[in-house]
Amino acid sequence: MGFPHSHDLEVGTILSRHFGDASARRLETWVGMGGYEGLKKAVGMEAPEITAVVKDSGLRGRGGAGFPTGLKWSFMPQEPNGPHYLCCNADESEPGAFKDREILRWVPHLLIEGCLIAARAIRAQHVYVYVRGEYFPYTKILNDAVVEAYEAGYIGSDILGSGWDCELTVHIGAGAYIAGEETGLMSSLVGGRAEPRVKPPFPAQSGVFGRPTTVNNVETLAAVPMILTEGADWYRQWGTEKSPGTKLWCCSGHLERPGTYELPLGVPLKDIIYDVCGGVRAGRKLKAVIPGGSSTALLTADELDCPSTYEGLQEAGSSLGTASPIVMDENTNMVAVIRRTAEFYAHESCGQCVQCREGTAWVAKILHRIETGGGRLKDIDILYDLCEQLTGRTICVLADSVVFPLRSSLDKFRADYEALINGGAR
Amino acid sequence: MSDEKRPDIHPAVVSAQPFQLASRRPVDRLFDDDEGRDRLEKAISRYPEKKAALLPMLAYAQERNGWISPEAMEEIGGALELTPAYVRSVATFYTMYNKHPTGRHIIQVCTCTACHLCGADDVFEAFLEATGTRPGEMSDDERFMVMEAECLGACGFATAVQVNNRYFENVTPESVADVLAALDDDEEA
Repeated sequence: MGFPHSHDLEVGTILSRHFGDASARRLETWVGMGGYEGLKKAVGMEAPEITAVVKDSGLRGRGGAGFPTGLKWSFMPQEPNGPHYLCCNADESEPGAFKDREILRWVPHLLIEGCLIAARAIRAQHVYVYVRGEYFPYTKILNDAVVEAYEAGYIGSDILGSGWDCELTVHIGAGAYIAGEETGLMSSLVGGRAEPRVKPPFPAQSGVFGRPTTVNNVETLAAVPMILTEGADWYRQWGTEKSPGTKLWCCSGHLERPGTYELPLGVPLKDIIYDVCGGVRAGRKLKAVIPGGSSTALLTADELDCPSTYEGLQEAGSSLGTASPIVMDENTNMVAVIRRTAEFYAHESCGQCVQCREGTAWVAKILHRIETGGGRLKDIDILYDLCEQLTGRTICVLADSVVFPLRSSLDKFRADYEALINGGAR
Repeated sequence: MSDEKRPDIHPAVVSAQPFQLASRRPVDRLFDDDEGRDRLEKAISRYPEKKAALLPMLAYAQERNGWISPEAMEEIGGALELTPAYVRSVATFYTMYNKHPTGRHIIQVCTCTACHLCGADDVFEAFLEATGTRPGEMSDDERFMVMEAECLGACGFATAVQVNNRYFENVTPESVADVLAALDDDEEA
């Protein structure tokens, strides 16, 4: 399945089975569709058993980094000496990414169930779902589902008569990309500016309110209920050894059929673009793809024959990231696209680290100068130098994120830059 | 609508109420009435530290008044045992909190990477022209304010436009008039 279009590649649809069906938002309908079976199973299991199943499934974090979920859970203290917390990261704001909103929008109970199972696995007493502020319509859907789930006894005290208590609170942000970085999210949730902090300490040692915390992405948590009901081997029937399961691909840009599609990991990237999404619109040729959301290195039309896995995209010189290909046709002004992307990072820099605060803005300004006809050839060298200065020198990876699209565009589309510099304003 | 109290809100979702509303219910003091006290108490009850209710209460101030005044920041600080300077440092970090009064309909046109590729700059210009405003400026009748937005998370439906609490998708320069017309009879947007 996909949204708003379906597709022909036959896959197990775990997350997207009910996309487009508004009735699935209602608890009664959802339970009739098999909802909350995973939670029923989980309340009869001990924390390490749940973690073991998820570990065996090979599920990897869907927020961008791809860290193994079961392993992350296992970092939480096994013998709590106080409260633990789970944060669900629904601060989706990477340019190109719009997958989590489809989960919030169509299957909110799947997410709630995943949150509760994860909370049981990490012995959390309280789940905070941090949703980006802009997602008002989808937050409202989630809110209604949470209230329904509370009233039916799936959240709160003595869940399903098991004696286990767990609270869940929906919390909204107010427009800050950096709140999607896990330590930024935690800073924001506790009532501060969404400023990331240095790790260690890692969240599992000291997270929100100074307590052990796990932060998981929406899509990661939504995959958990069926892994629990159907088993790790069932989940592994899709994908590869290192990238098991299915993944939501949110495809945008110059495509015939942009949208969100659930696919097994490993489908060649070119098939996603040409078959699933119908290729480049208006019969034009493809120029480039940013495969994993704006903070990943772009690939040319000749580089798309790679498997859509964490390892496959890494070998191709990019990254799976949030699985959000942004497709550009042959008429695209590459400098303008990278300039607009750099402006995003300049705007969203939290300002703590000088390299990031100044550097991202410099990149945007230099690109703007080139785009408007005032560029000099040495600007290309300055941009390369900035790529060095912005890599690995800051608290979080926001600065590094601008480097991936920038450096790859300089490497692969240098002619675009030179044409603007030599030709003056367009 | 304007004097109507919002329906009883479950504590689990009190920190996630829409706060960019066209309909406002201005109030001088946030926590002097039952509704304000109820919101405050419910929000505080969800966190082990009072401070964590700060974002929810900033949002509540904006929900009522349309923006967050220095006086509101001070009142929130008082309620949560935070200094006005600290509250301001947080409020100014987040772009969605209005630090000044705004037009009734805040039109945010996403011009970020994917929307940019699909002609968002033209949509943005069309909104400015149709409302007779410059970026971030209130229209003379105080109904509209048009701004560029960073990624709204609707990249497959470019150009994405958010007006207060509502999303409009696949907006083109030609459909700008329809979006504006749809706002007139929609209090929530």
